[in-house]
Amino acid sequence: MTIEGGVQYSKIAEIKGPLVVVDDVENAAFDELVEIETNEGERRLGKVLEVGNGKAIVQVFEGTTGLSISGTKAKFVGKVMEMPVSKEVLGRVFDGLGRPKDGLPDPIADKFIDINGEPMNPEQREYPKDFIQTGVSVIDGLMTLVRGQKLPIFSGSGMSHNLLAAQIARQASVVGKQDDFAVVFAAIGVQYSEAEYFRRSLEESGALKRSVLFLNTADDPAIERIITPRVALTVAEYLAFDLGMHVLVVMTDMTNYAEALREISAAREEVPGRKGYPGYLYTDLSTIYERAGKLNGRKGSVTQVPILSMPSDDITHPIPDLTGYITEGQIVIGRDLFRQGIYPPINILMSLSRLMKDGIGEGSTRADHAEVANQVYDAYSRSQEVRALAGIVGKAGLTEIDLKYMDVGDTFEKEFLTQATDENRTIEETLALLWKIVSKLPKNEITKIKDKFVDQYYKEE
Amino acid sequence: MAAQGRIVWVSGPAVRADGMSDAKMYETVTVGNSKLVGEVIRLTGDVAFIQVYESTSGLKPGEPVVGTGNPLSVLLGPGIIGQLYDGIQRPLRELSKASGSFIGRGITTTAVDMTKKYHFVPIVSNGDVVTPGSGIGTVKETDLIENLIMVPPDHPGGKISNLVAEGDYDLETVLATTEKDGQSIPLKMYHKWPVRKPRPYLKRYDPTVPLITGQRVIDTFFPIAKGGTGSIPGAFGTGKTVTLHQIAKWADSQVVVYIGCGERGNEMTEVLVEFPHLKDPRSGKPLMDRTVLVANTSNMPVAAREASIYTGVTIAEYYRDMGKDVVLVADSTSRWAESLREMSGRLEEMPAEEGYPSYLASRLAEFYERAGRVRASGSPDRDGSVTLIGAVSPSGGDFTEPVTTHTMRFIKTFWALDAKLAYSRHYPSINWMNSYSGYLADISKWWSENISEDWFSIRSEAYSVLQREDTLKEIVRLLGPEALPDEEKLILEVARMIKIGLLQQNSFDDVDTYCSPEKQFKLMKLLVDFYKKGQQALKEGAALSDIRALPVVTSLLKARMDVKDDEMSKLDQLDKNLQEQFKSISGVKVSN
Repeated sequence: MTIEGGVQYSKIAEIKGPLVVVDDVENAAFDELVEIETNEGERRLGKVLEVGNGKAIVQVFEGTTGLSISGTKAKFVGKVMEMPVSKEVLGRVFDGLGRPKDGLPDPIADKFIDINGEPMNPEQREYPKDFIQTGVSVIDGLMTLVRGQKLPIFSGSGMSHNLLAAQIARQASVVGKQDDFAVVFAAIGVQYSEAEYFRRSLEESGALKRSVLFLNTADDPAIERIITPRVALTVAEYLAFDLGMHVLVVMTDMTNYAEALREISAAREEVPGRKGYPGYLYTDLSTIYERAGKLNGRKGSVTQVPILSMPSDDITHPIPDLTGYITEGQIVIGRDLFRQGIYPPINILMSLSRLMKDGIGEGSTRADHAEVANQVYDAYSRSQEVRALAGIVGKAGLTEIDLKYMDVGDTFEKEFLTQATDENRTIEETLALLWKIVSKLPKNEITKIKDKFVDQYYKEE
Repeated sequence: MAAQGRIVWVSGPAVRADGMSDAKMYETVTVGNSKLVGEVIRLTGDVAFIQVYESTSGLKPGEPVVGTGNPLSVLLGPGIIGQLYDGIQRPLRELSKASGSFIGRGITTTAVDMTKKYHFVPIVSNGDVVTPGSGIGTVKETDLIENLIMVPPDHPGGKISNLVAEGDYDLETVLATTEKDGQSIPLKMYHKWPVRKPRPYLKRYDPTVPLITGQRVIDTFFPIAKGGTGSIPGAFGTGKTVTLHQIAKWADSQVVVYIGCGERGNEMTEVLVEFPHLKDPRSGKPLMDRTVLVANTSNMPVAAREASIYTGVTIAEYYRDMGKDVVLVADSTSRWAESLREMSGRLEEMPAEEGYPSYLASRLAEFYERAGRVRASGSPDRDGSVTLIGAVSPSGGDFTEPVTTHTMRFIKTFWALDAKLAYSRHYPSINWMNSYSGYLADISKWWSENISEDWFSIRSEAYSVLQREDTLKEIVRLLGPEALPDEEKLILEVARMIKIGLLQQNSFDDVDTYCSPEKQFKLMKLLVDFYKKGQQALKEGAALSDIRALPVVTSLLKARMDVKDDEMSKLDQLDKNLQEQFKSISGVKVSN
């Protein structure tokens, strides 16, 4: 970050939590960037949350630890927070506020962009419909990702979401022309090892030079996490809409972001919504997630795969709940499947890609894709019911058709869902596996597929 | 005189300005040097509390605030249909001309093209006396919409003079003047109306005509009447938006107002991309020719989200007053309630449940009361309706939260979306045990007159199968299905068939996406017949496995996709097959 201009210094009147109240403010604007200088000459950044009657409430990104009222000065910079961008950001590592962390100098800026972005005009959006082959069967086959989509991974503590996100980032990059693709990775309050795993994974696949990393690890200031996804998305939008690249943005862990937001809200003594999270959590999250998309007349796209850990695996917790209302589907990692050692442990019944219907079919994947996927969803759902029933009445109490559904469930988990972390399946392989599952059922159970496709692909064993 | 004040405080979308003693409540004001649009929502002394409809980033204390003297209003005239507006009726297409792909601030536009010429055909003559609300002529707004040019409801009316001849005129042309009490007032193709004030009408009717949506679970089981109110609550991923899109596409109304209130940008884009290519099943014209979109997506300023609902319903009432049936779909009223909560928090009001303001219930009630089937004011006689359908996004899918519970008090049709059904890919995931319709009795007359006299009794039989299955499911969960006698196993089987063959509907299938009332009835009757024949066959000693194995079972399950609306004879053939196949197994006695 570079800061210029502005000479007026103001006094600090109060420090509470991540906030400072600045006195004798004459010419500050809402949302303006603030530079705070301590007695020792240390500089921190903040922004104006509220201004009026000679006071300003400022949120300090690096936290207020060590600040004192006497001697600390605040300078209003005269502009909102901006991120310098240029093609040189590719291959670089930044901290959570967008400052170089790799020991190299600031990239030479092509332009400075307001990190808050502006809402895309819905009239100017291009409806996303280009299939992304992730090489992960369960995603490509049943919850297809398309360019410009926001599809989060809902996980829980300790599960294999990072493996999956890294696999998607590695494998999705080979689709289309290499030089069109970029990965933006934002670590938001995660452990150093997790961020490092991701970096190494990109490095080994050779994708690091097409990536931009923003790292706010668990030991970095919590309030900085409010900024991290925004600088990351500012860079992503620049790469996509100015340079025409297809950008995949992975943000982990959004739960830490929401907690930082809650901390500020509590310090401002706002009326809380559910579980102490501010009433505007939905609106605030949308200003991050809605930055995914494609625009008319521009080449690139921003695709988001945010990761969030559900506290106590609870999908009704406000963070996954409000996320799910904004994103275009969700990939849910299941604790049961994870315990069984299945990778990727995706619970397909709770997962969904809203944009799948437009990204598949004739011309992109295959004409039968939607119907065979529907049938597999239906069959797997039945197999779960049958399993539950078998737990009560025993296998002997099941009908012949029930047993077939049991078999479908097993085949699904063992042959279709299970996949190695370096296994990259084509869409043809994925569809063949889906038909293999469907072919375990007698034809009169197939109610969701048109006869012509059944005739073409159904193979009784 | 217009108020002129200065900003003293800024916090997000909320601004306080002093020197505003001349301002009125709900007056629109321009805020700051960049002239952002705002609305006065509280006055204390000379300090006005203003909600700003655009991003306030960079706004400073000391900048000017200027009153406009007018409440927040919409412009009503030809040219509205086919538009995509933001929450305060700015056309997003025009905004993109001014600020490109992203939405800029402080841009002024007009809601419709004032220079476009329409062919005006007068229906009154010089010397006729017109009253407020009366029509003076018509113009063709789109291929589907004949727009009735009306005397504005707040206009005194009077004797028509200076009426123009039939011909092409733009919106600013004075079409006629009215003379009353020595005053001469011009009439144009458009007028303005404050969004927070319901438009007047002559009288209200009971809603007795069903709104046909082509969605079986809605029309057949939980119908809504024209002029009625409905709500569709559901956790995320339960298919709210798809169901609402289906209603917007296929409902048999003349005008559809779709409000994307705090929802995804891509959803509005989808409507914009899809609707011009979809044909209205009744007229064959593009659906966009009857649709108005109001989009205030989740990341657009929160105060304009609050206004978007009122903007939409005022536009709906305008077309109702022309004698049209209008459907208004609001997705989602929860986000609207959240915008109330956010502004209330900034006003430091005492919160009620979950931080929502205490006036949440009364605001919801006011909104849903703007639905209705009415006789419009003035001449000629015309009846129109506004049907209001609001999505609710309950946090955590919990229907006991404040927005859902308050909404339930003011609506009559409740489509409860069920996450479990959605997880098993039963779409639309409308739960048949938790949903209800208060219009069933009122609209069954329409079905018996237009489709079949047996409609009500057959619907009851089909529904009772579902109800009995619901009780039996408990037993099955504990003991397994084999514990049930064959008669009850048949109920489980038929319930499964009703679920797959009737309740489920694939919105993305070309045939299944819309189902005519006739086809709905025939499918339902076939399934009920199957049940009756099955019961009889069991009595006569047939085995349940034989009934299950009948080829007609699969045909019944697939008929919704296989049989087009104009191929009803195929269903008659299916009926014949059903009778014959049951004959083949009846009389087969179980040999001991």
